[in-house]
Order: sequence, then C-alpha cells, then structure tokens
Amino acid sequence: MATPLSLKELSKKELLLTAGHRMCSGCGAPPVVKMVLLASDYPVVASNATGCLEVSTCISEYTAWKIPWIHNAFENAAATLSGVETMYRSLKKQGKIDKEIKFIAFGGDGGTYDIGFQSLSGAMERGHDMLYICYDNGAYMNTGIQRSSATPLGADTTTCPAGSVVPGKLQERKDLTKIMAAHGIPYVAQASPSHWSDLMKKVRKALEIKGPKFMNIISPCNRGWRSAANDAILLSRLAVETCYWPLYEIENGVTRVTVKPKEKKPLVDFLKPQGRFKHLFAPENEWLLKKAQDDVNAYWERLLKEEEFTKSEEVPKEQ
Amino acid sequence: MGQKIVAVTGNEAVANALRQVNPDVSAAYPITPATDIMQRFTSFVSNGLVKTEMILVESEHSAMSACIGASAAGGRVMTATASQGLALMWELLFIASGSRLPIVMALVNRALSAPLNIHGDHSDGMGARDCGWIQLWSENAQEAYDNTIQAFRIAEHMDIRLPVMTCMDGFIISHSIERIEYLDDYAVKNFVGEYKQLNPLLDIEHPVSYGPLILPDYYMEFRRAHAEVMSKVPGVVLDVAKDFEKISGRKYGLFETYRLDDAEVGLVILNSAAGTSKDVIDEFRNRGIKAGLLKPRLYRPFPYEEVGEALKHLKAVCVLDRADAFGASYGPLFMDIASSIYHYKNKPILINKIYGLGGRDYLPEHAELVLNELAEIAKTGKVKTFKEYIGVRE
Ligand SMILES: Cc1ncc(C[n+]2csc(CCOP(=O)(O)OP(=O)(O)O)c2C)c(N)n1
Ligand code: SF4
Ligand SMILES: [Mg+2]
Repeated sequence: MATPLSLKELSKKELLLTAGHRMCSGCGAPPVVKMVLLASDYPVVASNATGCLEVSTCISEYTAWKIPWIHNAFENAAATLSGVETMYRSLKKQGKIDKEIKFIAFGGDGGTYDIGFQSLSGAMERGHDMLYICYDNGAYMNTGIQRSSATPLGADTTTCPAGSVVPGKLQERKDLTKIMAAHGIPYVAQASPSHWSDLMKKVRKALEIKGPKFMNIISPCNRGWRSAANDAILLSRLAVETCYWPLYEIENGVTRVTVKPKEKKPLVDFLKPQGRFKHLFAPENEWLLKKAQDDVNAYWERLLKEEEFTKSEEVPKEQ
Repeated sequence: MGQKIVAVTGNEAVANALRQVNPDVSAAYPITPATDIMQRFTSFVSNGLVKTEMILVESEHSAMSACIGASAAGGRVMTATASQGLALMWELLFIASGSRLPIVMALVNRALSAPLNIHGDHSDGMGARDCGWIQLWSENAQEAYDNTIQAFRIAEHMDIRLPVMTCMDGFIISHSIERIEYLDDYAVKNFVGEYKQLNPLLDIEHPVSYGPLILPDYYMEFRRAHAEVMSKVPGVVLDVAKDFEKISGRKYGLFETYRLDDAEVGLVILNSAAGTSKDVIDEFRNRGIKAGLLKPRLYRPFPYEEVGEALKHLKAVCVLDRADAFGASYGPLFMDIASSIYHYKNKPILINKIYGLGGRDYLPEHAELVLNELAEIAKTGKVKTFKEYIGVRE
C-alpha cells in the first residue's frame, strides 16, 4: 500500500536529496525535489538538465542524490531520460531486469521552455513512460538571472533590466503547461511547494499513469526574485492565492482546477515582496502593472471556463 | 569459418553487422548518406530480427543524448550519422567520451555546409577527431563491416570504455555495391559476447550519479585519465584484430601499408581513395619507381610512433587530405603525419594535397601526378609547393 500522504508517515521516509548540497539557502528547488521524490513509493531514476539544481547537487566527489541520477547537458534532460527509459524497457523485455522503476526528469525553466523544448516535445510525442518536471523560477538563474520565456511580464532580469526606456520584460510568459497539454499526453499539471499535499498527489497520480507526463512547479529563487531568503514557501503560496500560478491538472483532456483560492488576492501581493518588480510601482509603469493583473484575471477566467467545458468529456469512473 | 559472399553496398554491410551485433537500444535520425543504414536496421526491428529498442528521435542532438542515457543505463547502444548530423551532436560527443560510454556510431563521411553538399568528404569526421572518441576508418564495404563488428569489442573493453566512430566514405562506399564476405551470425554473436555493465544507472541498489560538475581542483586529473585510457587503445585494437582474424581470416592493424617497406616515395591517404592509389602504385612499381602507401585505420588515438617508424625511411611523402583545416597551414592528416616523423633526424620530405572535397572524384591521374612529383622531389630534394588543392578548376 502506498505511504499515506500524512506528515507523520512521510517524515519516516528517507529524503533522497540529502542536505549538504550547495543550493542557496532558502531556494525553492530542493524542497520541490524532495517532495517529488517523497511522493514516490517506487524506485526512481532521474535525469537533470544543467542549471542551478544540477550544478549544486553533484560536485566533484560529492553527490546529494541517493537515487541513480544523470546529468548530460543543458537542453537534453528529456532525450537523455528517454534513452534510459528505453534501455530499461529493452532489458526488462529480455528478462535482465524485473524491478518496477519510475523515471523523472528535472529541468529549470530555461532548460525546459527554451533550449530543451524540442527535446521535451520529442520525448513526449514518442510516448516514453516518464514524468518531466520543470522547476520554474522564471529565469536562467544559474548563469545570473537572465530572461527566459518563463520570465513574467515586467520582471527585471540581467538581460532585460528595467531601465528608463525599457521597463523590464515586455513579453508575457510562454504558457508551457498548456503547450504540453496540447501534445495530447495523458497527464499535465501545475503545482506549488506551498501546497505540498496537492503537489505530491499530482506526482503520485502521474507516476501511476503509463506514458509521458509533465508537471510545471513554481520554484521561488530569492537571488533572482530579489526576495527574502525565508520567503520561498510564502511567495509560492501568494502565487497560488493571486491566481498568478493556478494549481490545475489536465488528465486525458479534462481540466480540473485543484485549488481555488477562497478569496483571490490582488497580484500586487505577489509582486510587492519581490525586488524584480520594484520598478512596476513607479507611476510611469502603472500600465504594465495593470496589464499584468488583467492577464492574470483573463487567464483565470479562461481556466475556469475550460474546467467547466471539459467536464462533459470526463470518462465516468467504473464502479 | 562459415562465411557468405555477397554483393552489397557499404550501408547494407554496416546494417547487417549491426543486426548481427544486435544492440539493446539505438537512437537515430535521418541524414544522407547514413539514413539508409538506419532504414535497413529498422526493418530488422520491425520484422523481429533483432531485439533492439529503437528511439526515433527528433534530431541528432537528441539521438546522441538518448544514446548517452541508454548507454549509462547499462546496455549496448549504437547509432549512425553524417555531416550536419554529427555537427549537431558536437557537444554530446565530448559528454559521451568524458562519461566513458561505449557507444558505437557509424559515420558515413560527408561534406559540411555551406555550401550544402551531401557527398563524400572527411570534413565531418576530421572536425570530431579530437573529441575523445576512438575513430576507425574504412577503405571499402568489407572494412566498414569488419570495423563495425570490432568497434563494439574495442569500445566495451574493460580497460577502455570509450565510444567508437567507424568511418566510411559517403556514396563512394556507402552506396556502391561490392563483393564482401559476411561472417555467420553465430560467429559475430560470439565475437562481441554478452555486454558487460559498468556502473549501470539502472542498478537501483547501487545508485550512481553520472555527469557531475568538476571544478578546477579535479578536472585536469579527469582529462589526464582520459588521455591515459586513450594510450591503451592501440594495444586493445590489435588484440581485438587478432581475435577477429581467427574468425574471419582477415588481418587488421593500426594502419595498412602497401609496398611501403622498400619504398622511396609514398602516399598517405584515408578511406576509399587508398584503393585507387594502390592500383597506380602498382603501375609505378612496374616502371621501376619504388612507390608505396600508408592508410591509417585507427585515426584516433593516432599511433604516432608506429606511423613514424613506418614512414621514416622514405625520401618523399605526400599526405592527401579529403578535408582542409582552414586557417592552419595544412590539412588535418598532414599535421598528424608531420608530428609522427618530426622527431627523426633523417626523415622524408612531406607535401600535402587537398583532394576530393564534396564528392569530387579522385582519379588515377591524380595519384599519378602526385607520384611523379614525389619522384622528382626524391631525385632533386626540391619542393615547388608544400600544399595545394588538386583536381580543382583554376
Ligand atoms: C548549450 C548551453 N548553453 C548555455 C549554457 C549555460 N547555462 C547553463 S545553466 C543555464 C541557465 C539555466 O537556467 P534554468 O534552466 O532556468 O535553470 P536555473 O539555473 O534557473 O535553475 C545556462 C544559460 C549551457 N550550459 N549549455
Ligand atoms: S540562484 Fe536561485 S535558483 Fe539558484 S540556487 Fe540560488 S536561490 Fe536557488
Ligand atoms: Mg530558471
């Protein structure tokens, strides 16, 4: 039987990403990874794209990973894992391996939305039995906070710095979660470490489904977001409560919003504590702030409609 | 030694070798002139003639990435490519070798863009010569077939564990029909043996991490260790060749010499053009000119000492390159040959010709021209041009 998702039971399980890694204190990525790995009762083999998580968890003779782990390059965590998973299938067919193993790829937003997008798309289309997890901190953090296609509108980064003429990033985020859903894969979800039980349930569900799965998990970065080191979970919660980062899943084409904030907070609650949005509060950038809020509202409305609309497609559960 | 004589193309021969080796996983992407290998191979897959699981990826970058993942996972892996495909794999080539993964890749040599050209040329393989892979070059379909089979044994040798690229000339060999001898399936299966795993990623009881970050404190030791392994390769290549001779009757070395022992002038040339050159050398011998040839087989690691010993007694040597090294004074093969004889006090005069780029034919008259020039240099000690393009419009 699966370990119940209670803190009491989970606290008895071994953490598979150990302490002593070199990620910044207060970084959102390690708790995300720990939650993902805690959620699995199966042995997991992971691949990892180049990025903060990768460079900080396996340096020289040390590794923080207690599971088999492979880093290949920046843009190919999905292709690499597709190779691992295929070898597993080959050896299993030949009777050389009998264990049930799950395969999880971890990539940052840069390694997933941008440079690794083709590799991800290809692996999903080919139908490998794997879960791809993007820990989305909204920029290329490892190389010093450069803009990615996941960087939010208006954010200040080192390559779209907020200046007197250009007020930070002028484009909206690429909606990768929906793009992955458009691949027609059986399971796609968004999660946040603030809602650990929702996150872990989604991982569990994903691992029970055969075929390619994708999860996008918001992962606060205090260095890049210019926020307090102890605010990662708070900020990821505000991202959910302002509907900036809706928690939802799309299972076989049916959309379900898994967490609906009782009271939808204004977007500024999420933006204010972050230095990367500081310039948005100057009077000349008011339009941008308004646009950011309008975008969030529109997206949220659309998502709720989508939930309503796809409900009819839900396959009734067998009794 | 049950062998079957067949008339097949180079690609067909390589595909058949791969069927006989029967790898666990293959990931590949189409590119002329290598596509044909994988088309033939996937038909073996579709018809249940091999156990191989195919990954039909969306790019060569992903092909090599998936090969790396599959190989680290713990099984036998192969792929094939050419030209732009190899170029797209570039960063992964170093990762495959640096991670010591015994992947075998058939490289069907083709020119690089721009301008776009799909024909035989060594620019692709030469560009990847220093990426830590072993390279075996093949004159004809028979050698391509034999090298493919031997490549797995070399790559997977426990003292080596490095990827191997087997090269043959695009179209000239890949698409021409030749008479070749196939070993029987059982002999090949026995020869390559069961795949031996080393630190497999799928061993969940003994978790390993592949692909660490290594800072200046240890990186250099890693690279030196790689270089040291490279130095063991020639010995293993010769051992494997000995075993291969037992099942095939065909002899392989680090390079082939043709009428070289008593030669005064010689050609050094890779792959298919060596065949044409040998015919012309015979004619020159008939005319009383002591001509010979050296054709490298193990091009990386390059057996400098052995090559130097084989060439040092000649008076004049021409190195023919089917690729140029832009910005360097000479072609890539020339530079290796020059390095191998550099230490000798008495050594041949070396000249360099660039030939056959983008599939331009290498004809007997080209070899004649070069051998006449070498004979003249041997007589007078005078060189007109050290490097030039031949068979090209002025
Ligand atoms: C081909 C290639 N291009 C660029 C880089 C440099 N690089 C390494 S990590 C990185 C940024 C990673 O960003 P992301 O994927 O968002 O992960 P994060 O560091 O933010 O966690 C970049 C640009 C690289 N390693 N390889
Ligand atoms: S820079 Fe940001 S993402 Fe990277 S380790 Fe530090 S907090 Fe985490
Ligand atoms: Mg990032």
